[in-house]
Amino acid sequence: MAEAALRLEQAGYRRSALVEWLTTVDHKKIGILYYWTSIVYLLLAGFLALLMRIQLAQPDMNFLGPKTYNEVMTMHGTMMIFAVAMPLNAAFFNIAVPLMIGARDVAFPRLNAFSYWSFLFGSLLMWSSFLFGHAPDAGWFGYANLSSSRLYSAGPGLDFWDLGLQVLGISSIAGALNFFVTIVNMRAPGMSLMRMPVYVWMVLVTAVLILLAFPSLTVGLFMIMFDRYFDTNFFNPLHGGDPVIWQHLFWIFGHPEVYILVLPPMGIISEILPTFSRKPLFGAPFVIFAGIAIAFLSFFVWAHHMFTVGLGPVPNALFAASTMMIGIPTGVKVFNWLATMWGGSIDFKAPMKFASAAVWLLMMGGVTGVMHATVPLDYQQQDSYFIVAHFHYIIFGVIVMALLGATYYWFPKMYGRLLDERLGTVHFWLTFLAMNLTFFPMHFVGLDGMPRRYFTYSAETGWGTWNLVITIGAFILGLSQLVLLVNVVKTMRQPANAPADPWDGRTLEWTIPSPPPAYNFAVIPTVRGRDAYWIEKYGDGHHTVTDTTQRRHVSVNRDNPGHGLPAGVHLPKPSWWPMIVSAGLTAMAAGMIMHGTETLGPLGFPVVGIGAFVVFFGLLGWHFEPAIEHAEHEQAHVHH
Amino acid sequence: MSQAHAAASHPVEEHTTTGISHNRLMMWTFLASDCMFFGSLIWVYFAYRGRYFEPPYPRDLLDIPYTSVSAAVLLLSSFSIVMALTALERADMKGFRGWLLGTILLGALFLGGQYYEFTTFYHEGLTLTSNLFGTTFFVLTGFHGTHVFIGIVWLLVQWLLSYFGKLTPAHVERFFVTTLYWHFVDIVWIIIFMLVYLMPY
Repeated sequence: MAEAALRLEQAGYRRSALVEWLTTVDHKKIGILYYWTSIVYLLLAGFLALLMRIQLAQPDMNFLGPKTYNEVMTMHGTMMIFAVAMPLNAAFFNIAVPLMIGARDVAFPRLNAFSYWSFLFGSLLMWSSFLFGHAPDAGWFGYANLSSSRLYSAGPGLDFWDLGLQVLGISSIAGALNFFVTIVNMRAPGMSLMRMPVYVWMVLVTAVLILLAFPSLTVGLFMIMFDRYFDTNFFNPLHGGDPVIWQHLFWIFGHPEVYILVLPPMGIISEILPTFSRKPLFGAPFVIFAGIAIAFLSFFVWAHHMFTVGLGPVPNALFAASTMMIGIPTGVKVFNWLATMWGGSIDFKAPMKFASAAVWLLMMGGVTGVMHATVPLDYQQQDSYFIVAHFHYIIFGVIVMALLGATYYWFPKMYGRLLDERLGTVHFWLTFLAMNLTFFPMHFVGLDGMPRRYFTYSAETGWGTWNLVITIGAFILGLSQLVLLVNVVKTMRQPANAPADPWDGRTLEWTIPSPPPAYNFAVIPTVRGRDAYWIEKYGDGHHTVTDTTQRRHVSVNRDNPGHGLPAGVHLPKPSWWPMIVSAGLTAMAAGMIMHGTETLGPLGFPVVGIGAFVVFFGLLGWHFEPAIEHAEHEQAHVHH
Repeated sequence: MSQAHAAASHPVEEHTTTGISHNRLMMWTFLASDCMFFGSLIWVYFAYRGRYFEPPYPRDLLDIPYTSVSAAVLLLSSFSIVMALTALERADMKGFRGWLLGTILLGALFLGGQYYEFTTFYHEGLTLTSNLFGTTFFVLTGFHGTHVFIGIVWLLVQWLLSYFGKLTPAHVERFFVTTLYWHFVDIVWIIIFMLVYLMPY
């Protein structure tokens, strides 16, 4: 067993560290790439937020000015959604999901690398708009025809936004396809759907949401692109075009997008609470079906973003009702989480602090959500800071808090080290208090009528005091994230000696060393229930387990003698092609942006052509390259 | 033991939970996503249907008999690709190449027909910018044409690969996935043809 593992390690590729990271197809490494890219973007987009907060700290400030404010606001929103929240989720899909289902990698390792590189290049393309002095400035939802007409948004800013989002969309679709197939098709023997960890369930539901929701955004972005480049009439009222069509397309994507962001963190909460309460998740099937119900309902609520558009009382009433219905499955989740903790032997470690705080913050943000599901209330709150308070409680309070919790929880699986608990506690309390200091007063100024997206306000509104409080809170919030970085640096200097199972975990990733070997599982485990590892360690209440390791290995041979053994362990082969194809794709997007400018216009289509050429031959190269390294590993069968 | 032998002779031997290959499952899932793509495009077409402020109007342009023939050509390619697949399953490489080439030619004939239709409409004054019919018609049918084009390139690559021994009867699963895509593109055309051409204005 150990000998086989050693041989596998030796068969690894001898390449320089840089080349290894550039060509990696290992889900664990791709997860780490995703993680640090999104953390850097979190700090950058957070920095943009601080710029806005300086501008708003006092009435009539002139720190940014309206043009820059619009750009900073748009990039803050767009990047936080598409380049922080989504890829930070994708980081943990990569880090945890294959390990939790007992797989050696994802179904399409090179496609996985392609998703990462497309995310990186697409987001860099969008960030680069600042260098050209034309960042997008129409808000993260880019309402037509402000966004679709060169009359109203001259310069390439909105082109960066449109084309950059298309590249990011392709990255998300590829990632969703990959994780859908991985979860459906690569589970360890015995892991029926209802034995899947709740986090894996939520990733599966999220993948379906991405696949069904993103095309509507893609179509909308194409329409804006055609209007901007080829003078089509999609959103041109002179020829009957209707800007409200864009709002429908955007929010048919945009509302499921909210659940694309929040369902995986809900899954993370559903893993952390049971682990640190030492109790199974209360009513796990209910939590799973609640997640499915939320995902289903999310396609029927989009017009609650459009109550003030004037769709009429009947659509408004229907969408109000469907929106309130989402409160029911969400409430089911909250009560199940509370019941999980109830009577548990709670170990209040850093992951648990973040996860349990996220439950409370979800309540805070959820209650205001039900408030603006009510049409008359929404007429009052629409486009006010009350909305900003609401969605930051969800996006920061639930999504970022749960993902920070996941950082502490799964760090041993990333680096084989445990983050410092004391610094984690400091990080948690600073973040938790500062986030409430930042976002809670927004309720007050919002109800008092302070509009969102305005770059300033006058002194007689009386909003100066609370805005100063918000700005102070925002700065504390930003600075307290440095505690996490200090913690990481401090931890990385220590030896990688974290145990395989530091939290007395319940799921399969804790059965293997921290960090896991390249091949994850030397023996594919057999699963006998939800909380697969817990059952092996402590029994399922019906059988007593004598020797856990022996038991698992024997069950592999008995239950499924063919699985994972005769063919040996095949490691996916490192590849340059995913990055090359991503680069070609991004070149096509960049060429389109150039085509829209005056100076580089003639170069635009040639660059698009070169990009298409690179994509085509990149895909051919991808096709011809064997996906799996057969040599050497053939001998590395695992025997018992 | 038999499994080990199979692993040696097959390009990729994978064990899946459902018994469906990864490639096949991914293609079905992708097609579900692509349904939403065409669904959104068709929805936009209908949202703007009839809001055509100036000529040319669809009833002056659309030539149902002509497009019926080109639709039949595309549908015929669904038949020929099935014949190519069964030939590959029988390890009849000659038959496979013939039927595959036939499929490619039928697809190209359809695209040529679309090109002729587009230029005819263009000469009658319908452009991307002329009115909302031009905008929605060209974008909807254009995206379908792009799908056909990608399918043709994909088939052409596989046709060439078969001459270099890179596409053999062992790759039948891989080719099957291509046929799924091809059938999907055909079905989408049936829907577009009915909704855009056959529904009276």
